[in-house]
Amino acid sequence: MSPTVQAILAFLQAWWVEIVCGVVIVAVVPLIAGYVVLVERKLMADMQARLGPMRVGPHGLLQPIADAVKLLIKEDIIPDNADKLIFWLAPVISMVAAMTSMGAIAFGPTFQVARDINVGILFVIGVSSLGLLGIILGGWASNSHYSILGAIRSTAQLVSYETAAGFAIVSALLLAGTLKIRAIVDAQQQSGVWFIFLAPIAFFIYLVASIAETNRAPFDLPEAESELVAGYMTEYSGFRWALYFLGEYANMIVVGSVATTLFLGGWLRPFPSVHWLDWLDTLPPLMIAVVGVYCVYRAGKQPARVQTWFMWAVALACFALALIFAVPLFVAPLKFVQPGLHGAFWFLLKVSGYIYLFMWLRFTLPRYRFDQLMHLGWYILIPLAIVNVLSVGVAMIFESEFGWNRWLALVLTTLFTLAIAMLLVNLYDKRRTADSSSAAVATDRYAG
Amino acid sequence: MGNTLRDDATQNNSTLLGADELVVNMGPQHPSTHGVLRVKLKLDGERVRGAECVIGYLHRGVEKIAEHRTYQQFAPYVDRMDYVAAVSNGLGYCEAVEKLLNAEAPPRARVIRTILTELQRIASHLVWLGTHALDIGALTPLFYCFREREEILKIFEKYCGARLTTHAFRIGGLQYEAYDGFEKDVERFCKDFERRIQDYVDLLTGNSIWIGRTRNVGVLSAAECIALGASGPLLRASGVKWDLRKAQPYAAYDQYQFEIPVGANGDTYDRYMVRMEEMRQSRLICLQAIERIPEGPILGKVGKVLKPAAGEIYHSIEAPKGILGYYIVSDGTTQPYRVRIRPPSFVNLQALDKMVRGHLVADVVAIIGTLDIVLGEVDR
Repeated sequence: MSPTVQAILAFLQAWWVEIVCGVVIVAVVPLIAGYVVLVERKLMADMQARLGPMRVGPHGLLQPIADAVKLLIKEDIIPDNADKLIFWLAPVISMVAAMTSMGAIAFGPTFQVARDINVGILFVIGVSSLGLLGIILGGWASNSHYSILGAIRSTAQLVSYETAAGFAIVSALLLAGTLKIRAIVDAQQQSGVWFIFLAPIAFFIYLVASIAETNRAPFDLPEAESELVAGYMTEYSGFRWALYFLGEYANMIVVGSVATTLFLGGWLRPFPSVHWLDWLDTLPPLMIAVVGVYCVYRAGKQPARVQTWFMWAVALACFALALIFAVPLFVAPLKFVQPGLHGAFWFLLKVSGYIYLFMWLRFTLPRYRFDQLMHLGWYILIPLAIVNVLSVGVAMIFESEFGWNRWLALVLTTLFTLAIAMLLVNLYDKRRTADSSSAAVATDRYAG
Repeated sequence: MGNTLRDDATQNNSTLLGADELVVNMGPQHPSTHGVLRVKLKLDGERVRGAECVIGYLHRGVEKIAEHRTYQQFAPYVDRMDYVAAVSNGLGYCEAVEKLLNAEAPPRARVIRTILTELQRIASHLVWLGTHALDIGALTPLFYCFREREEILKIFEKYCGARLTTHAFRIGGLQYEAYDGFEKDVERFCKDFERRIQDYVDLLTGNSIWIGRTRNVGVLSAAECIALGASGPLLRASGVKWDLRKAQPYAAYDQYQFEIPVGANGDTYDRYMVRMEEMRQSRLICLQAIERIPEGPILGKVGKVLKPAAGEIYHSIEAPKGILGYYIVSDGTTQPYRVRIRPPSFVNLQALDKMVRGHLVADVVAIIGTLDIVLGEVDR
């Protein structure tokens, strides 16, 4: 064997898990993103008194695949005046950034794609912010007015809101005392409570900032359809457009995962360390089984026979899954798979809940205007996030140096932060009324 | 408008950062210009320094067509102007020709006309509300609005067979008798609508983002409105209590009690509130009208061939979007010599440049939305 082959083999031996996982991510994330889109459209349809996609497959379940095929075979247009290389590169950057950051996220105590890096959370945030580059470059390279306006908005928005999100994350990290993703969840297990209850304001700030970071309504200004056509994506079509789109939805999953890890206890079940609530471990199989029963109940009411069969198939799949989840609970030799299996269930459930919240807001709220968005970021969220970091820090000091009860310290400091929040909102309202009276004549520093 | 833009450019050439002005072409293919309006925006960053409307993409020569059609033949054409309020257009035209003929529609016809026109006003305002909210980024109200509008269109369909361009009225009255259960359908809709309108109020009225996006946006003072000839909800939101249904009652409006809502600031939020209240008032008018629809004929004696004496007439009504006027010149033949239409959308659109100056790009779509223009009517 030549040394080259040996080196390759050695490399594969050392890294095969990561390589396989990477391939799985690249293969699976687009599919998941596609189905997140379908779920979003279905939920939106439900809230808007209509049916949503119904044509492709039973209840439109094959719609994402049809969409993907359509995007892939679409004519690939690059505008004449575009900067070709950057135009080509930009969506790739967006997509790669979103997927790479997903690599470091742990979906369960035993399931993590990359190794548990010691700066895990920093890595995730850092890499996912690189996606911003793709947006700026894409808007710039398109050489179109709408695109450049969208890119400018996006830059300002992401820079502002990442600051707030960063401070919110710091609050949680203070409580965890580590950057390692698994250790953060372990810290929540040890303290017996999710960090959302210890630092609710930080969670709220992160929630708002993460919506803004992923360009979702009501902060979807960079691609505000009714204003900028499609913002930085205006000139993109076909597969490049799909890459941006996938990047956006992959980013949603990433911020959802970060929020779940930091604030919602990651893969821990509710009340992770209360032993008389151990029966909660039966919830995952039960919940899946209930979905199956519902499918059986609905199967008889389907208008077409293929839909009835489909419902039965889904029901059977649910029952099989429920069985898989139930087995480790009752068969002692298989007990060891329970943390991984149930952990993944809880983790995905929480991420789904978080993304559902995103969607719900999108269906309900009108869009912010650009200056209002900036005001909200700089006048309220960022000061509040800084104050919150300080007050969580002060609470930690009270606990460690003066032996205060942790809860007492945190409740007091949270109340203090809330008071500051009220003050900020009050000031902002005053400023807004003062501003708007002269809005039409004054030049605005935040314009563009 | 063009002149003012050029003047501005020569007087004040500096932008905030000393960069060049950006001219963005909004439309005619743009998601929120409500058709084929083209707006040339001059931007300093995102700040709008001027807007120039380019219209005519939907010009069909409606007024010219009138000169080659008999009076009855032209009636369906007016439906195609403001196609989201076709019934109102038809009412204005039929009444104008009746005035020219010195004829009057019988009382029963007038009441049914009033009911249908008020339903049409609600439908038109619903389209406005849905699209306006969509422009500002609220996705859901659109579908609720269209759900309610569908009920109204079903009533139209049952009445005359058409949903959009109805041609519901005839010169001298009506062609169709109200169908069995007409009153019941209208009543059911009106009863339901009270609850439905509360949905929109819950979604929008108190929403701080909505208020932030509409308060002090696109302010027009009463004097500016009058100077520009703006009418309808625009004028009323600026505090002028002027509604032709009260000022010069036509159809059967003098028989019913209703309020004219007025605003105070003349901003987008006030226009929103005015239109919302107008929908409630229209609902009340419908409820009052179905209580007693007089018996009697539905078509007055105007004859089969209309040959008005030579002369001219101007008749205007309060269409959902403002004052809709018809100026008809007759030379004594069966065809009008000239028909001139004063479309509310066209006149109201003039205010756009004045309203958008100093605002941001995002406000432009809000202001186009609040103007409630229909390009079929602007371009004719």
